[in-house]
Amino acid sequence: MLSRVADNLYWMSRYLERAEHCARIAGVHLNLMLEHEPASQDRRWWRVLAALGSSEPVEGDAFAAAQSYALDQIVDSIAAARDNARQVREQISSEMWEQLNRLFHESRRMGTPEFWGAQPHDLLITVTQSAHLFQGITDSTMIHGEGWQFIQMGRFMERVQATARLIDLHFAEFFRPTAEAMNASQHMEWIGLLRSCTAFESYCKVYTADLRPERVAEFLLLNAEFPHSVRFAVNQLRKSLGAVHEATARKPDRLDKLAGRLTAALSYTPLEEIMSNLHEFSLNIRRLCGNIHTGIYQVYITYPVEAALEI
Amino acid sequence: MGTPGFEIPPLLKTRFQSYWLNGSYDEMFEAEGVPRPHYRALYEMLLSLPVEEMRRRKQAADISFLHQGITFTVYGRDEGTERIFPNDLLPRIITASEWETIERGLTQRITALNLFLRDIYHEGHSLKAGVVPSDIVYSCRHFRRQMREFKVPKNIYITVVGSDLVRLPDGSFAVLEDNLRVPSGVSYMLTSRTVMKRVFPELFRMAGVRSIDHYSETLLATLRALAPEDRSEPNIVLLTPGVFNSAYFEHAFLARQMGIELVEGRDLAVHDNIVYMRTTAGLRRVDVIYRRVDDDFIDPLAFRPDSSLGVAGLFNAYRSGNVTLANALGTGVADDKAVYAYVPGIIRYFLGEEPILSNVQTFVCSDPAQRQHVLSRLDQYVVKAVGESGGYGMLIGPCSTAEEREDFRGRILADPRNYIAQPTLALSRAPCFLDGRVEPRHVDLRPYVLYGDQVRIVPGGLTRVALKKGSLVVNSSQGGGSKDTWVLYE
Repeated sequence: MLSRVADNLYWMSRYLERAEHCARIAGVHLNLMLEHEPASQDRRWWRVLAALGSSEPVEGDAFAAAQSYALDQIVDSIAAARDNARQVREQISSEMWEQLNRLFHESRRMGTPEFWGAQPHDLLITVTQSAHLFQGITDSTMIHGEGWQFIQMGRFMERVQATARLIDLHFAEFFRPTAEAMNASQHMEWIGLLRSCTAFESYCKVYTADLRPERVAEFLLLNAEFPHSVRFAVNQLRKSLGAVHEATARKPDRLDKLAGRLTAALSYTPLEEIMSNLHEFSLNIRRLCGNIHTGIYQVYITYPVEAALEI
Repeated sequence: MGTPGFEIPPLLKTRFQSYWLNGSYDEMFEAEGVPRPHYRALYEMLLSLPVEEMRRRKQAADISFLHQGITFTVYGRDEGTERIFPNDLLPRIITASEWETIERGLTQRITALNLFLRDIYHEGHSLKAGVVPSDIVYSCRHFRRQMREFKVPKNIYITVVGSDLVRLPDGSFAVLEDNLRVPSGVSYMLTSRTVMKRVFPELFRMAGVRSIDHYSETLLATLRALAPEDRSEPNIVLLTPGVFNSAYFEHAFLARQMGIELVEGRDLAVHDNIVYMRTTAGLRRVDVIYRRVDDDFIDPLAFRPDSSLGVAGLFNAYRSGNVTLANALGTGVADDKAVYAYVPGIIRYFLGEEPILSNVQTFVCSDPAQRQHVLSRLDQYVVKAVGESGGYGMLIGPCSTAEEREDFRGRILADPRNYIAQPTLALSRAPCFLDGRVEPRHVDLRPYVLYGDQVRIVPGGLTRVALKKGSLVVNSSQGGGSKDTWVLYE
């Protein structure tokens, strides 16, 4: 497969995952703010901005800034996903293209500031549903070959990074090691975190509705069966790396080692150790992911011609 | 169907109420109400099908084009607008004997033009013999000095050709221009056939239409025949300028049909004069490039340094014989509209034969006497810039304003080499289904010629139609559409 095609598929998928993540977080916090003391609003929206990866320090109205940032990120990510898909239209199924194209046009229609100001949830629901639909269409209409594996990589790479960052920020704000009882509004915030990862219902099935921060961390970071947990995403990422490795017969030693370290961190680090410095743990996961991303590009996509000729 | 002495019921006669004959050759009627024999089946179907049914089929065809995303890009107005290519429902029909002439004529013409290209980049015998004035050749914007003394694979310069034919009032075909660089439109020929077979199956059965399905396969075989000789399993790719090019749909379509990779300049790299494409499994050598990128942009080291569409070092790899480019570089000389005027002479010189397909009378403005003639009769001629295509940069004398003529007079005097003039042609007309009625519109014909180890022409082509009433401009960028073209078995 052409390297450029792999690149387009990877980013198509990453951007769509980003749009979905952003839509979910925005939706959760728009709900939470309705029943919350007004004094805490600015902090909330600064946190949302940070979770969405905005590096700009915010001055003034954090709510307005977060709203316009989220809207831009959703609309731009969908446009970028479609742009990538457009360049590989012959490689993806026509059903995939049609679904993504439809989402693009819908997001343009609902993504105007007026529409968004009045009915933000219309767009947010459309985006999350369409993203799920696209994933289903992809899995059932495309050959599960190399191209599909790059799509998987893009999705799970984005998911690991976004989820790890979100958990990090949330624990920094709300986690207290002393076992004091949660008040109602804190309770809502922990539900919000789970909802941001579509994890609330699944969490209840595993642990009942008894919310405890350690369990939330354990579930979102280490659960091997929940699709939005960091560990699940990392396992999928590693699986796809292995499949591409096999299909192309390259020798990506460094990539293998990085992926091994990442899965080991999630499989063998005791929860107590993670909880003692969750920020460092999350940072380490994201750093390793960043290195894997760079590695994928070095091995499969932007490798120097001279190096490739020596093999 | 086919009852002799067919009486037209008065109600149905209204289907043709807006059909009139004028001085142009009519593809369907030999006289008022008398269809030519090969159009008889279509004529009778038009009389028998209710207009609602026709509308339904037209709609089915349009939806099919829309869903396949058969679009082209219009430059100039809104930047890069994507449009559906307008397609007329009624086929344009060509008889076996007409096609036989076209086929022989184009084979002759393309063979001669290929010899001409070889000659001007080597010995230049034809220039010394005065067949074409050498200053016209050397002043051509598409002449590539870099190609001199380079033997292209199998001596084939023009692998894919799309020549535009028109039919004159006497019924004979003439060549209006040759497209020898990167001709486009073949995907419309192929897709409109697919759609038409779905919309008019009964008509196909009755008419006996020759197939064009093997075009992609033939193109692939042609490209393979040109691969460097030591490469037994050549890797053939299609080089596109990218997704923003007006013909991107066609590039993707052909690549998929042939089962070859669609690459952009950034996918290719040259090392030690060998071209590679970058794949996830490492570099893979490329042997033949069907390039849909213009000469100017193909290699920033050899041609335009600001091009980001091409591949640095490609030209040297080409000259080293390690990769084949189709078409070759520098072929634009032979489709320069000023050189066009000399093609009959080129045919006589290289083949010693009389041209089978005639040329349209052409005045070359670089010649003082011819220029004077044109300038004094600007209102009677069509003036064209020699390097332009797509209907851009032309003056249609009879429809022009005094202001436009003044503008062109200035342009011709400033750069006479850049202009030619031709009489306004009465292009033939074919029936079109417009708004529930059948009306005549002007058409031309672009068959696609492939030249690898031999000349091959798929029986068909792109019939372009000027959908605007009375218009003579068939280019898609100027409100033209297309028709399926049927070449009959007999």
